[in-house]
Amino acid sequence: MLYREAGEFKATYQADQAILTIRQDRWFMLALMVIAFLVIPLISSEYWLGTIMLPFLILALAALGLNVLTGYAGQLSLGTGGFMATGAFAAYKLATSFPDLHIFLVILLAGGITAVAGLLFGIPSLRIKGFYLAVATLASQFFLIWMFNKFGWFTNYSASGVISAPPMAVIGDSYVTGPYATAEAKYLFVLSIVVLFALMTKNLVRSNIGREWMAVRDMDIAAEIIGIRMLPTKLKAFAYSSFLCGIAGALWAFVYTGSVEPLAFDVNRSFQILFMIIIGGLGSIMGAFLGAGFIVLLPIFLNNAPHWIGLNIHVDLISHIEFMVFGALIIFFLIVEPHGLARLWQLLKEKLRLWPFPY
Amino acid sequence: MHERKLGDVVLQAEGISLSFGAMRVLNNVSFDVHQGEIRSIIGPNGAGKSSMLNVINGVYHPQQGSITYRGETRQQMKVHQAAAQGIARTFQNIALFKGMSTLDNIMTGRNLKIKSNMLQQAVYWGKAQKEEIEHRRKVEEIIDFLEIQAIRKTPVGKLPYGMQKRVELGRALAAEPDLLLLDEPMAGMNVEEKEDMCRFVLDINDEFGTTIILIEHDMGVVMDLSDRVVVLDYGNQLADGPPDVVRSNQAVIDAYLGVSN
Amino acid sequence: MRIEQDVLKILLAALLLMAAIPWTAGKLSSDIFFEWPFFFEVAIGGLLAGVMYSLVALGFVLIFKASGVFNFSQGAMVLFSALTLVGLNELGVPIWLAIVFTLAIMVVLAVVIERVVLRPLVNQEHIILFMATIGITYFLDGFGQTLWGSEVKLLDLGIPNSPGLYFGGQILINDFDLVAALIAGILVISLAFFFQYTRIGRALRAVADDHQAALSIGIPLKHIWVIVWAVAGIVALVAGIMWGSKLGVQFSLALIALKALPVLILGGFTSVPGAIIGGLIIGAGEKLAEVFIAPMIGGGIEDWFAYMLALAFLVFRPQGLFGEKIIERV
Repeated sequence: MLYREAGEFKATYQADQAILTIRQDRWFMLALMVIAFLVIPLISSEYWLGTIMLPFLILALAALGLNVLTGYAGQLSLGTGGFMATGAFAAYKLATSFPDLHIFLVILLAGGITAVAGLLFGIPSLRIKGFYLAVATLASQFFLIWMFNKFGWFTNYSASGVISAPPMAVIGDSYVTGPYATAEAKYLFVLSIVVLFALMTKNLVRSNIGREWMAVRDMDIAAEIIGIRMLPTKLKAFAYSSFLCGIAGALWAFVYTGSVEPLAFDVNRSFQILFMIIIGGLGSIMGAFLGAGFIVLLPIFLNNAPHWIGLNIHVDLISHIEFMVFGALIIFFLIVEPHGLARLWQLLKEKLRLWPFPY
Repeated sequence: MHERKLGDVVLQAEGISLSFGAMRVLNNVSFDVHQGEIRSIIGPNGAGKSSMLNVINGVYHPQQGSITYRGETRQQMKVHQAAAQGIARTFQNIALFKGMSTLDNIMTGRNLKIKSNMLQQAVYWGKAQKEEIEHRRKVEEIIDFLEIQAIRKTPVGKLPYGMQKRVELGRALAAEPDLLLLDEPMAGMNVEEKEDMCRFVLDINDEFGTTIILIEHDMGVVMDLSDRVVVLDYGNQLADGPPDVVRSNQAVIDAYLGVSN
Repeated sequence: MRIEQDVLKILLAALLLMAAIPWTAGKLSSDIFFEWPFFFEVAIGGLLAGVMYSLVALGFVLIFKASGVFNFSQGAMVLFSALTLVGLNELGVPIWLAIVFTLAIMVVLAVVIERVVLRPLVNQEHIILFMATIGITYFLDGFGQTLWGSEVKLLDLGIPNSPGLYFGGQILINDFDLVAALIAGILVISLAFFFQYTRIGRALRAVADDHQAALSIGIPLKHIWVIVWAVAGIVALVAGIMWGSKLGVQFSLALIALKALPVLILGGFTSVPGAIIGGLIIGAGEKLAEVFIAPMIGGGIEDWFAYMLALAFLVFRPQGLFGEKIIERV
């Protein structure tokens, strides 16, 4: 009987419209933030911060972006990788052309440039729906990756086609990119950005624009009849979604890996992010994080599990088995709970609310 | 039957003909609607009633004829423009946003009245929040009016049919329309639910002065509520007039009961 | 089959553009070599490659028509069938017997997919089923390679693979491509007969038109699904044999599915003739663009050219060449 809303009355619409309406949820979120910002950087090893938390957070941001487009606005996209690449290369061109530009601005502007790319590739969505659109988004995926590979201008004519982030600091010499950056600094930098945009996204989806997106998703013709205009609504979803994916791509290239080639954002990346939102939960902010956590941790688990029980399996075989497990899990989740981990979380809370009574 | 003084003509349909390929759906249909009127369209299944509503709010574009709404004549319009001109609509087969709560569905009906931009909504505090609260207040009035307080936060997909119809009416009302198109609002309801719905329709018409075009199969309801009735059959206009006149029209009786030989 | 006037006009325009753009490019740029015999050689090569795309697209269309499922795993099925065939052959099974075994395995696979994936997901939204087939894709890719390994394997069925001169010695065509096109053509014709003249074929078409109606006249949906997935599996095997003999059996076979997607949007998801004509247009267009346009913009455009072509086309005709126009009802 620890978790319940009985006895909590809301006297204003403002209180009723808050993100977390139940007191225990607010405490939980506060604790989560304290752990994320203070405890994890203090207790985690460099390995955990650098190779698990960073990709987790960055991919969660990309998943958030895709979830806006696919989960909220109902436009299935297989072009996430292309937009991440756009963000990464835009950030690189910005940082190398204007060395004095602050890293925050570099990343924001990279997101903005990606948003424009997203707008352009979103235009066909007015005429094309469903699977046709999904295939059309593959066009953006292949075209963008080809473009970054083909034109030396994007890589400043580097022979290998790889871009490397210059060292950049938030203030003074607290570097977040390049060889001087510590894992803690990188982690906190990425965490702040991800938390900020997660909050912004939550605000959007609980406001008018979010309702318009969901209306278009659930029944586009009815949405149009009540006055929602298709093109601007869909384009806003494309733009905002690719804005987030662009930022994720820029963070991936600059903060996580430090140097990257277009292949890091190929069509498999798009599928990876899509899996995150399926497993995490379509149309859920929480789902993007749960799904990203799951997909980042699973391969690590699969790689290590045989060693724990004393088996020695060839790396190739493990990667094939990983494919199988991913595939099977996707099917399993779709059958058992099409709304993903976020829905399971929701159900757990509902049960907890009534506990110890069954109804 | 109530005798009332009606206002000016707000909507005039003039010789509307609509076909899909070789199939004629509407054939030279003309009628007018006065301010504050409850105007019914009746007819057997497949008579073209829903298509007529679709022509009025721009979903279908008629091949011939024109619609004059508040002095503005048009042959074609975009769907969302009808909403901007104050025309709202419910649907024969419920067209709610299934993944959203009752509250969100009705809030969506107010989309045209929301002025804050995307950035303000992303920041939320300030203008966007003020606006949300303001519109929430209005929506709560509608929720009270339709007596659906208890299902405020329920996803509409989980609601029983009658309740879904009510939420759909609420969404249309949220736009504060001048002209409300109701496509079989009472279909599939039991007597009590029908009575509730009739009461809502009359109240909307009385209290808000909303002009209503109603499609309904239940003749009792139509005769009680309507000021005037248009009868369609296979896209042809059979009769137009006050309920009791229409009721005694021979062509209408033939269409409904079949011609005896 | 009745072809709309519009479609004929579009095809005519496509043919004209295919000739006009390379010709203009040849005139404009000195990098580009343009001679009519060479043009035809490229175009015919493209058309023959297009037949191979059609073959993969056909598998998609069969399943989409009968069940409304967009089967993303068609490419994985191609890879899986080819891997199984070569794997069995390497174990010492004679090739003809290996083909029979693989056919049987593809049928079993269809049964398993229907039982494990499709049946629990019946009545779910199309998008959920689509994502489930992405799951199948990953599973099959992993499963096939776990069983048979991931190194490149050779598949030699003794099809001649040498270029020959045709049309009075003017045009060079690979014999293998001709044989492949012939086999694909035979397959397509037999499928058309199957759909048109057998009881099961008619049932399949009925299901495609309306699930509910088909159920109500006593056509068992689950059998239909098994049959159609099995047929798609067999089509995948044929495609796997053809592509595998050409490129070697390896993981990249799974990616040819990505090549078939633009074919689908061009031809329309529900049309068998659409898959074929779409494949021909994409095949020829892609090769012509690669030879006559790509040198001007840096080359390597085959990754996306087909997609852009299909996308541009969709904006003007959202239902594809032969797809049905949808009238929305409210």
